Amino acid sequence: MTPDLILFALIAVLAVGSALAMLFSRNAVYSALFLVFNFLVVAVLYLLLNAAFIAMVQVTVYAGAIMVLFLFVVMLLGGEQISGKPSTKWQLPLALIFGAALLAVLGYMLLFRPAGAVSLPAVTADFGSPAVVGSELFRRYLVPIEIASVLLLVSMVGAIVLTRPEKGKPE
Amino acid sequence: MNVPTAYLLMLAAVLFSIGVIGVLLRRNAIIVFMSIELMTNAGNLAFIAFARELLSTAGQVFVFFTIAVAAAEVAVGLALVVAIFRTKHSIDIDQMSSLKG
Repeated sequence: MTPDLILFALIAVLAVGSALAMLFSRNAVYSALFLVFNFLVVAVLYLLLNAAFIAMVQVTVYAGAIMVLFLFVVMLLGGEQISGKPSTKWQLPLALIFGAALLAVLGYMLLFRPAGAVSLPAVTADFGSPAVVGSELFRRYLVPIEIASVLLLVSMVGAIVLTRPEKGKPE
Repeated sequence: MNVPTAYLLMLAAVLFSIGVIGVLLRRNAIIVFMSIELMTNAGNLAFIAFARELLSTAGQVFVFFTIAVAAAEVAVGLALVVAIFRTKHSIDIDQMSSLKG
């Protein structure tokens, strides 16, 4: 076991453990906090994989903005105590069976894929840095980033329209 | 960090499967949404792993776009949850079985 493998094993255990805790928490607020922890652990993994810019985006946008939105809606609706009891008695075993089947198929596909390099190639110092990713974003991917900005604008307008109280029915 | 890409892909597969189980199992609509975010995140992890193996910035750029789309999706999805809660006074997805308003 190299130190890298031990580090990866630790991160993997933390990520899977927090994901399972998210899944089986009774309280939706705890679920959201476990998911924040999971995103932060995955951001550390991104940092270790030389994706510094994406790691920072993950922390600010995912663990920050998106999860705050989740927590806000959970507390607005007061939906944190809905029990996770399945409506039919077959729901739990069926969900576990289908999840395990999907994992088996994915694992088979990934473990028997044409082998990549056993040892990862060395990276240059600025691989994945904000400057490199940014210049790539605004040169080669200029049109997609404009489309993404329009998409964000449309979703913002859509969210406002959807949550607007109906006319003549004051709440 | 120098671990084989297959390990990272297996971690992504495990996280994705946990997300799928969450969508199938939970009835709270908000937790179903969180499980979908977990699945998106697993896909991102696979992209980053391949970007590291192939030394390509394109994978990281794609993850950036995925995060932007996920943000848009969450904004609209949570607005839908709030709108449904207004009419049904519940966010149990078993109650959302009719298309009438």
